[in-house]
Amino acid sequence: MTEMITFENVCKSFGKTVILNDFNFRVMRGEKVAIIGPSGSGKSTLLRIIMALQDIDHGKVSIDGKPLWEVNHGRHLVKPTRRHLRDMRSLVGMVFQNFNLFPNLTALGNVAAAPRHVLGLSKKESEARAAALLAQVGLSEKLSNYPSTLSGGQQQRVAIARAMALEPKVMLFDEATSALDPELVGEVLGVMRDLASARDLTVLVVTHQMGVARAIADRVCFMEGGCVVEEGGPEALLSQPKNERTRAFLRAVHLA
Amino acid sequence: MEIFSWDFALEVLPALLRGAVVTFSATIGGFLASLAVGAILCGLYRSSSRPIALIGKSLIEILRSTPLLIQVYFLFFVLPEVGLVLQPVTTGIIALGLYHGAYVAEAYRAGFDSVPRGQWDAVESLRFSRYAALRYLILPQAIIPLIPALGNTFITMLKDTPILAAITVPEMMFEANDAGSQSFRYVEPITMAAIGYLIMSAVAAGFIHLLRNHLGRFR
Repeated sequence: MTEMITFENVCKSFGKTVILNDFNFRVMRGEKVAIIGPSGSGKSTLLRIIMALQDIDHGKVSIDGKPLWEVNHGRHLVKPTRRHLRDMRSLVGMVFQNFNLFPNLTALGNVAAAPRHVLGLSKKESEARAAALLAQVGLSEKLSNYPSTLSGGQQQRVAIARAMALEPKVMLFDEATSALDPELVGEVLGVMRDLASARDLTVLVVTHQMGVARAIADRVCFMEGGCVVEEGGPEALLSQPKNERTRAFLRAVHLA
Repeated sequence: MEIFSWDFALEVLPALLRGAVVTFSATIGGFLASLAVGAILCGLYRSSSRPIALIGKSLIEILRSTPLLIQVYFLFFVLPEVGLVLQPVTTGIIALGLYHGAYVAEAYRAGFDSVPRGQWDAVESLRFSRYAALRYLILPQAIIPLIPALGNTFITMLKDTPILAAITVPEMMFEANDAGSQSFRYVEPITMAAIGYLIMSAVAAGFIHLLRNHLGRFR
């Protein structure tokens, strides 16, 4: 098995706040990993770094064996040109907590936009691809709906189809079900689960909902203070955590 | 003598209509110029280079803090000195474009700021080029809150065109004044001109309303 995502000695701070502290992390091709932890523990930053939306201060991050970021104390050994970042982003797709759909486009338009304007497919081809993806997430009936007329769960399913339209090898879910009403979590989780059943797709889920971690992941990492404190299979980590800090976090989550 | 003579009103109508065409052209020209000037000023203002941003900010401040009449006179008397002799109406359009361009730049800035940060995250993660992102995704959103502001600019500009009479542009107010001074009857030409501005403003306002509904139909 090959490594899909590799973090080597990565440091990242915002001002005086340390987000990642000499962080090392590996995800194998096809692995489904959930990252849990208190807010501010660097989970979302981790995903944003992989999506090339955020740079690092020090260390090296590789996707599929290719260096994305390589920085030695602020000096970029791999130049983060627009071109390089665009190339690397072709490997990765991301789903955001607040969907971030384009409000001026229909569901079909949202999914077809990148195939059309980024890959240069014809209008017909890109819309056919978009319609197929929207069918996969159960939204064949809503192709011509604007986002403002869709429920949160439907919007997030459009966002998942949109990210999949560029055929990434890695899918990132940043609190993808956190902004949803509880009764809508299920439909989105179902779609995520379907995606995760694809053997080749590498999936990284950041969440504070333990049900999501359980449903998707074959490895769960508990992050705190910019480090992975404990990791393991979902049952082992969520039911019998060994580390005291993991236990404290899980107690707090279950009480909430 | 009656206060308002319909006969005299009809008599001055052709001159006023000629003036109305000039008023309308100057407004359209000035408006298009202000859209371009606003884009340039906004680009300077948002530049990542601090000196350039400062230049943009200073230009906006200068243009907004001096009267339009002074800017009109300045261009009318200064441009020929540097060898640029233009039609008065062209000078007027440039002056309107500069003066209102400073306000348009502010409107553009507000429009861009109204697009949530998350939209840029989505655009970047989906690998859109800057051009495609602006053209298909960001501008169609940014333009919605812009329309009332730009509509305002258009109507204000329409009402500012009489200032161009000062540099001999034969717009509607110039013609009304001319007709008045020849006959010593001002009531009819001025009233007719007022009605002319009212009609043009009302039509513009209606058009702006339709445009907003059309472009904002996804809301």
